[in-house]
Amino acid sequence: MTSNGARHHLLSVLVENRAGVLARVASLFARRGYNIYSLAVAPTDDERFSRITIVADAESAPLEQIVKQLHKLVNVIKISELDPLDSIERELMLCTVRADPTQRGQVIELVSVFGGRIVDVGHDELTVSVDDVPSRLDDLEDLLSPFGIAMMQRTGRIALPKLDRASGLGS
Amino acid sequence: MSEQPVRMSGAQALVKSLELEGVEVIFGLPGGAILPVYDPILDSPIRHILVRHEQGAGHMAEGYAHATGRPGVAMVTSGPAATNIVTPLCDAFVDSVPMVVITGQVPVGAIGTDAFQECDTIGITRSVTKHNELVTRARDIPLAVRQAFLLASTGRPGPVLLDIPKDIVDAANPDAQMEWYWPTDEEVWASLPGYRPTTKGHPRKIKEAAELIMAARQPVIYAGGGILKARAATVLRELAELTGIPVVTTLTARGAFPDDHPLALGMPGMHGNFTAVTAMQESDLLIALGSRFDDRVTGKLPAFAPDAKVIHVDIDPAELGKVRRPDVPIVGDVRLVLEELVRVLERRVADGQPDRSAWRQTLSGWQERFPLHYEPSEPGALLKPQFVLEQLRDRAPEGTIVATGVGQHQMWTSQYWRFTEPYTWVCSGGLGTMGFSIPAAIGAKAGMPERTVWAVDGDGCFQMTAQELVTATTERIPIKVAILNNAYLGMVRQWQEMFYDERYSEVYLSPDLPDYVKWAEAMGCVAIRVESPEEVGPAIERANAINDRPVVVEFRTDAAEKVFPMVPAGLSNSDIVVGPLPEGTVQ
Repeated sequence: MTSNGARHHLLSVLVENRAGVLARVASLFARRGYNIYSLAVAPTDDERFSRITIVADAESAPLEQIVKQLHKLVNVIKISELDPLDSIERELMLCTVRADPTQRGQVIELVSVFGGRIVDVGHDELTVSVDDVPSRLDDLEDLLSPFGIAMMQRTGRIALPKLDRASGLGS
Repeated sequence: MSEQPVRMSGAQALVKSLELEGVEVIFGLPGGAILPVYDPILDSPIRHILVRHEQGAGHMAEGYAHATGRPGVAMVTSGPAATNIVTPLCDAFVDSVPMVVITGQVPVGAIGTDAFQECDTIGITRSVTKHNELVTRARDIPLAVRQAFLLASTGRPGPVLLDIPKDIVDAANPDAQMEWYWPTDEEVWASLPGYRPTTKGHPRKIKEAAELIMAARQPVIYAGGGILKARAATVLRELAELTGIPVVTTLTARGAFPDDHPLALGMPGMHGNFTAVTAMQESDLLIALGSRFDDRVTGKLPAFAPDAKVIHVDIDPAELGKVRRPDVPIVGDVRLVLEELVRVLERRVADGQPDRSAWRQTLSGWQERFPLHYEPSEPGALLKPQFVLEQLRDRAPEGTIVATGVGQHQMWTSQYWRFTEPYTWVCSGGLGTMGFSIPAAIGAKAGMPERTVWAVDGDGCFQMTAQELVTATTERIPIKVAILNNAYLGMVRQWQEMFYDERYSEVYLSPDLPDYVKWAEAMGCVAIRVESPEEVGPAIERANAINDRPVVVEFRTDAAEKVFPMVPAGLSNSDIVVGPLPEGTVQ
C-alpha cells in the first residue's frame, strides 16, 4: 500500500534556508539512485533554516548510506530518522468530488467523519480539505471515488517525533 | 586601532581574496563574463598562466594540487568555458583533489534569460563538486572565497566552484563597490553550520583496531590516496615498521610508501602485481587507510578477500560500509588516527607480536615467483614500452615527478616506476580521464619548478590535450613528455584482443599521422623520435639535460604488448592472469 510505513523511511532533514538547497538534496537522490517517495519542505520557526521531510524508498539503498551522503551536503545541518511508530505524521489532501445537490449530504457526512471541511461548493461539485495520517487519507480517497473524483492533490508527508509521555512532575 | 574603510570593486576584492588565501598561480583563460576580474589580475603578484583550452586549466590546477598539496586554482569565463572545465571538476571530485574553480556568469539580472554564453553552471557542476555557490553580491565575495578554500582543503578534499556574475565584479557598477573586509576563521566556520568534519578517531575504535592487529596472522595495510591527502606517509611508515605489516599502495597512493622498502608490496588491483593482489585475497586482516574499495581494486566483490576482517579509516563517513562492511570503522583524519593507533600499539607490541614469519615467507616467495615480466624486443622490432619505462625510471633525477594519462602507459608507469617519496605521482585514478598528463604535468611543474617533471603519455591521450604544450613553451614551464606511440588506443585494443576475439574496432590511430616530432616542434618543444633500444637511454639523457623549454620524446612501441598481470573485469582477484600465456592462469 502507498502509505505503508514499513517499506519506507521517514527522514527529517534540517537544512540552511537558501536558494538551491532543495535541488542539491533532490539531485543527490537522483545521482545515487535513491527514490524519493514523498517530499515536503518549508521554513522552520527559525528563518535561517528549512525542514525537508523525505519519505525514502528503503529498498533502493541502505538508509545508512542515504543519510551519510546527505550529511556530506554542506547546507545540511541535521538529519533525524523518524520511526513511524514514534512520530506524528500528517498529510493534507484537497479533493474536488462530483456531487449533485442530492449527493451533497452524503459527501459532507463522510468528510465530517474524517474531520475534514468543505472549502468550496459548486453546482454539482464540492472541494474538501482533510489533514490526517496518510493511511486515513487513502481510506477517504477510496470512499470518495464512487462519487467521482474530479481533481485531487495531496501534499508530501510532514512529521515530528512524538513527545515524551513521562511526567516531569514530582518524579 | 580601527582602520579606515577601504572601498573597492568586486573584482579587486576577488583578486585580493585569492592573494590572502596564499594563491601563487591561477590557470585560466579570459572571456566576456569574467573580463572585469582580469583587469586587477594585471596588478596582482599572482601569476596567471594562460591556457589554450579550459580543460587544460582544470587539469593544471589538479596537477598543481597533487604536487604541492595546496588547492589548485582555475579561472574561466561562463557558458562553454564552464562546461569545458566540467571534466577536470569531476576528475578532482572522484580523486578528492583540492581545487577552487572560478567561473564567470552573465549579470545577475540576465540569469535565466538564455543570455549569450549563459549556462546553468551551478546546476551542471552540482554533482561533480564538493560544493558550489553562485555569488550574487560583491560584498559576499571575500566570505565566499574563504569558504571555498576551507571546503576544498579540509575534510575529504575536493573541488569547489564559485560562479561570479559579471555585474558584481564590474568596476563601473556603483552597486558593486564594496567595503573591504576579511572574515576571520571563526566567521567562516560559523557561516558553514552544516560542515563539521570529524578529524579525531574514536579512542575505543582505535583500541579495537589495535586488538585486531595484534591478533592478525596475515594482515595487509591497504593504503589509498587518502594517505597522501592527509599527509600521513610518515606515520604510515611508522605503523608498518612497528608491526612489520606489509603495505599495498593503490594507484592513487603510489609514493605514499616507498617501493624500495622491504614491506612494500606495490600496487594491487586489476593490473596490480601478483603479490599485492594475492596478499589482499589471502589476508586475515585488511587495514584500509584512506582507500575506498574501488571496483578496480576489489575485482568481483563477493570474492574479494573473503577471509579478511576489515579495519577502515576514512575522513568520509560515507565510505565506511559503502562497499565492504568494516569490522572496525574509524571516522577521522587518517594521519591523526594513525598517530593515535601507533601510540596504542607501541604499548601493546612491547609484550611481543604474533608470529607472522610464515606470512612474510609466503609473500616473499610470491614476489620471487611472480615478478613483473616482459620479453625484450627482437632486434629491429618496435620498442617494448616496459623497457622505455625502466630507462625513464633509472635515468630520472632524484625527486622527479611523473604524470600520466589513462590507459596502458599509465599502468606500466605505475608498475615500473619506483616511487620513493610522496607527491611524485600525478595521475587520474577514479575518473580515468584521457588527456590528463600534459596539463597535469604543467600544473605540477608550475607548483614545483625545481623538480624534473615527466609526463608519460599514450598517443591517444596526447592528441586530446597536446595543445597545452604551447602554454608550456610560452610560460617557460619546461616539462618533459614521453609518448609511448603504439599507434593504438592501446588499452581498448588489449580488451578487444582478449575479450572480443581480436576484433579490433575503431582503435587504430596510425604511428605517423600526426607527425609527433613536427607537431611538438611547431609548439616550441624540442622533439626527439626514438625507434631502437640503443637510442632510448641517450634520448632520455638529452631530454633530462634540457631545461629551457619542453621536450617531447616519441617512442615507437609495440602495439602487441599487453599490460599484465590482469584481473579480467567481473572476475575474482583469485583469477589473476600473470602473463600472456594461457598456462599463466593461476588457480
